[in-house]
Amino acid sequence: MSVAFTLATSRRILTQLRHDHRTVAMLVLVPSLLMVLLRYVLNSQTLFSHFAPALLGVFPFLIMFLVTSVTTLRERTTATLERLMTMPIGKLDLLFGYALAFGLVAVVQVTVAATICLTWLGLDIAGALWTLLLIAVLDALLGMALGLFVSAFATSEFQAIQFMPLFVLPQILLCGLFVPRESMGWLLNALSDLMPLSYAVDALTHVTNSAEIDSTLVVNLLIVAACAVAALVLGAATLRRRTP
Amino acid sequence: MTNSSIVVEGLEVRRGGREVLRSVGFTVPTGQVAGLIGPSGCGKTTLMRAIVGVQIVAGGSVTVLGEPAGSPALRRRIGYATQSPSIYADLTVTENLRYFASVLRAPADDVRRVINEVDLADHADQVVAQLSGGQRSRANLAVALLGAPELLVLDEPTVGLDPVLRDDLWAMFHRLAAGGVTLLVSSHVMDEAARCERLLLLREGRLLADDSPEGLRGATGLQDLEQAFLHLVRTQAVGS
Repeated sequence: MSVAFTLATSRRILTQLRHDHRTVAMLVLVPSLLMVLLRYVLNSQTLFSHFAPALLGVFPFLIMFLVTSVTTLRERTTATLERLMTMPIGKLDLLFGYALAFGLVAVVQVTVAATICLTWLGLDIAGALWTLLLIAVLDALLGMALGLFVSAFATSEFQAIQFMPLFVLPQILLCGLFVPRESMGWLLNALSDLMPLSYAVDALTHVTNSAEIDSTLVVNLLIVAACAVAALVLGAATLRRRTP
Repeated sequence: MTNSSIVVEGLEVRRGGREVLRSVGFTVPTGQVAGLIGPSGCGKTTLMRAIVGVQIVAGGSVTVLGEPAGSPALRRRIGYATQSPSIYADLTVTENLRYFASVLRAPADDVRRVINEVDLADHADQVVAQLSGGQRSRANLAVALLGAPELLVLDEPTVGLDPVLRDDLWAMFHRLAAGGVTLLVSSHVMDEAARCERLLLLREGRLLADDSPEGLRGATGLQDLEQAFLHLVRTQAVGS
């Protein structure tokens, strides 16, 4: 493990993004645009306040999943990964470099979207703003870590893109956003319990309705963070120094 | 032991159920420019990958600079350039080199040095995606030169380059070798072979010949190395 390698990798990824203005613009603005759209589609402050906090977590999760799975796949297929694996950099240095760079992007993305929701769109949350931001950034990191992990199973960008409906959409359907988790059948409820996004949405719902930081909230956040770390470590296991 | 940079013994590699390398063995002494010559698909890249330690091997041994290939201790001592450029297309030449230099813990002024060595100073701030194929492969080669490695493993480094530049690069390879660096350079063009002190001719995963250009000419009685190679292929086919 080396902090210098991690920081060099983050700087490299952010520099790559800086050369790609369109991607930066989309990363920063797309979640906000979707929130604005949602507000006027629902056309009701109450409904918007019900859906918006959960979506503030879901959108960064989804976007980071896509962006990282394609970026890492590209790193694997252009053999820059193979080259790095002949160098002293460790696998975790590389992955933490990714996490740091995309984590920073997620902070910007979530801050912009949350600011627009809380001001222009009139979202009202009972809890503290920082808890909302913290959960949303954790969601983004979770999406990033899962994206890194599943990119190991894709051999083309087509496949990587299609992992999004496979890994992400079931989580969104089962996370309690559309139907409360308690009202699902036992099987769906059990599946929902297995999916990290469910805990994130529970936490976001809690922050919307209550200012209290209770043990359930903390446990939910720890579960999301642990899943992100687990996905990163699994991702590291898919990076191989030697390949066939 | 210490005067051999690469020792390969009975190397076997299988990929997808196919034997890519069959009992390949050779030694490259320190400070030599060895050419790995053979047609496309003969196993050159696989052999180079085994030497830099990223290839899963089925049998045999590869010892590099006195350590088993792939040892962590070797990661700063070998410069490796893959055939298709493994650099970031969305970064400039300088940004690419700066990143790889920090990952190799190479000194910061190394970036400028290697850019000059591959003659890319005029394109240093250009994004790699905008470079020509030859410029891209030079940028790729520049990464391998970072941090003064003791062994350079270069997979087709001069493909598609203009003759003057190719000549400059070969002069640099020999200059590096004179300074004690060992080089293993692959090529599928025979006219490059004459520039090596030592030729390893690879065909269908087997080492067909391991000799100097003069030795090869002497053994086959043919002046043209391409003809000599053809002669070896044909006589071996008759023999087996």
